[in-house]
Amino acid sequence: MMRAALPPGRLLRNVLARLLLWLSAAATCALLLLVAGYIFFRGAPGVSLELLTGRDSVLEGTVGILPSILNTLYVIAVSLAIVVPVGVGAAIYLTEYAQNRRLAGAMAFAAETLAGIPSILYAMVGVMVFCTALGLQRTLLAGSLTLAVMTLPTVIRTTQESLKSVPRSYREGALGLGAGQWRTIRTVVLPSSLDGMITGCILAVGRVVGESAVLMYTAGLSTAMQDFGTIQGLMRASGATLSVALYVYAKERSDFAAAFSVATVLLVLAALLNLAALLIGRRATRRKGGGHG
Amino acid sequence: MTRRPGEYAMKTLFLVCGLTAVAFVLLITGYLVFSGLPAIRRVGVAGFLLGDTWDAANPEDPRFGILPLLLTTVYGAAGATAAGVPLGFLTALFLAKAAPPWLARLVRPAVGVLAGIPSVVYGLVGMCVLLPLLRERLDLPAGDSLLAAILMLAVMILPTVISVSEAALEAVPREMEEASLALGATPVETYFRVTAPAASSGVAAAVALGVGRAIGEAMAILMVAGNVANMPSLLGSVRFLTTGIAMELAYAPAGSLQQQALLSIGLVLLLFVLLVNVLLSLALKRGKEGG
Repeated sequence: MMRAALPPGRLLRNVLARLLLWLSAAATCALLLLVAGYIFFRGAPGVSLELLTGRDSVLEGTVGILPSILNTLYVIAVSLAIVVPVGVGAAIYLTEYAQNRRLAGAMAFAAETLAGIPSILYAMVGVMVFCTALGLQRTLLAGSLTLAVMTLPTVIRTTQESLKSVPRSYREGALGLGAGQWRTIRTVVLPSSLDGMITGCILAVGRVVGESAVLMYTAGLSTAMQDFGTIQGLMRASGATLSVALYVYAKERSDFAAAFSVATVLLVLAALLNLAALLIGRRATRRKGGGHG
Repeated sequence: MTRRPGEYAMKTLFLVCGLTAVAFVLLITGYLVFSGLPAIRRVGVAGFLLGDTWDAANPEDPRFGILPLLLTTVYGAAGATAAGVPLGFLTALFLAKAAPPWLARLVRPAVGVLAGIPSVVYGLVGMCVLLPLLRERLDLPAGDSLLAAILMLAVMILPTVISVSEAALEAVPREMEEASLALGATPVETYFRVTAPAASSGVAAAVALGVGRAIGEAMAILMVAGNVANMPSLLGSVRFLTTGIAMELAYAPAGSLQQQALLSIGLVLLLFVLLVNVLLSLALKRGKEGG
């Protein structure tokens, strides 16, 4: 190759620069391995069937995270039920209907701003609007509503991206055959952008699972079993999701064994969600014949 | 084209969805402005922003000076950026250009996992690994410090910096690099002298997003920063704007001056983040005009 012909000073700089790139990537990977490895090392031995299906009991000295798992599922279900229709609808308006550029610009700016607002501000507004002003108290419902607002930009953005990737000719074909715009969207555009919407949901679930600041203040800290059997119970249930439970175990009870076990569960969940999003993304690009990075 | 009532209804429905997003932003900012201003007015703008003592829970003589929190947030974000951005940028350059494809395919998902780790998990690892390490190495009574928070934040902004800069570096036209190679530059020289400058606006966006994340993080640093509202010092216990809210939000009595002051902190935090956002969109706009 040409490299042999380089003057020694330039050759040295080249080698050093390449080394720097490799070292940086190695350091990043080392950080991940360190964090993940340490969590597994301390947490994995504690993950057992009893932990996953049991409850906390001071009398029996047991730690169980089933209530936290159920609370997490509750928050995921309720916040997705709200954010997906609203977010997909907003994305559809922005990509398919919006003709007033100023209005569309305002909506896009709003979504961007929502994405940048720190979670502690959502927590504060959630406490004062949903919990106090609307009288929901500190409940999983109030937490889910706050999280629905917080994940809105994620769903809007990913849906918009996938809607944009549907070729114009699909829409023109449907419109040319006499379908109205909504019919075109429902039968042609949405089915071809389903992958992107599912990715958006997965990302939203990831944020909900990882969120702690908002839920600590809006949804409560209890790790006791909630009553999900009745409508009233569902409205009043108040407790910690997995992330919040981790904080409670670590900071308030100094039970680090339990905290690391919860961390292991969260890490596995994060990796699975990530993997799912990756696989769906790959399938989508393959079906569209590549093109998008 | 025939007008169908169903079509019109659906269009209106989607419009309402879009307006919801706008409404939420107006609600949140409006709420913070209207509820955050009274306390600032009562304490005085100068007293609030430049007062060096925060002691809101004191019943006799409450003090509402947020300068310590403000400076801590600035130092924390600056430190995290200084430590995290170079590492993140170089990793992105590696992934986009220098890495063998099989290795990049392996490392990219790893960065994704790093991004997906919840902040409490980072906080837990910080508490159990970083704090004892700082305690021993620096001979501190407690490891909780600004330094610990900066290190945590540096790791937490890495994935954002990496993925956004990598996308920008990938988007540089191949022809530019080929021209540089044809003129006799080596591949590595091309990455640093042609690709990186060409992607600078995207990299600036990555930095702004990273800074935004560092300013807004609460839980992880709540667990490692000590949370005493001191004037910031690298090895001392400090309280950020975010953790300042987090510490007292749960027990500030509704309607009290303390709660109003927390909303004022929220307002300052929001302004901070909006400022970063404006800088971000300026960077992106400049990039669009240039490219």
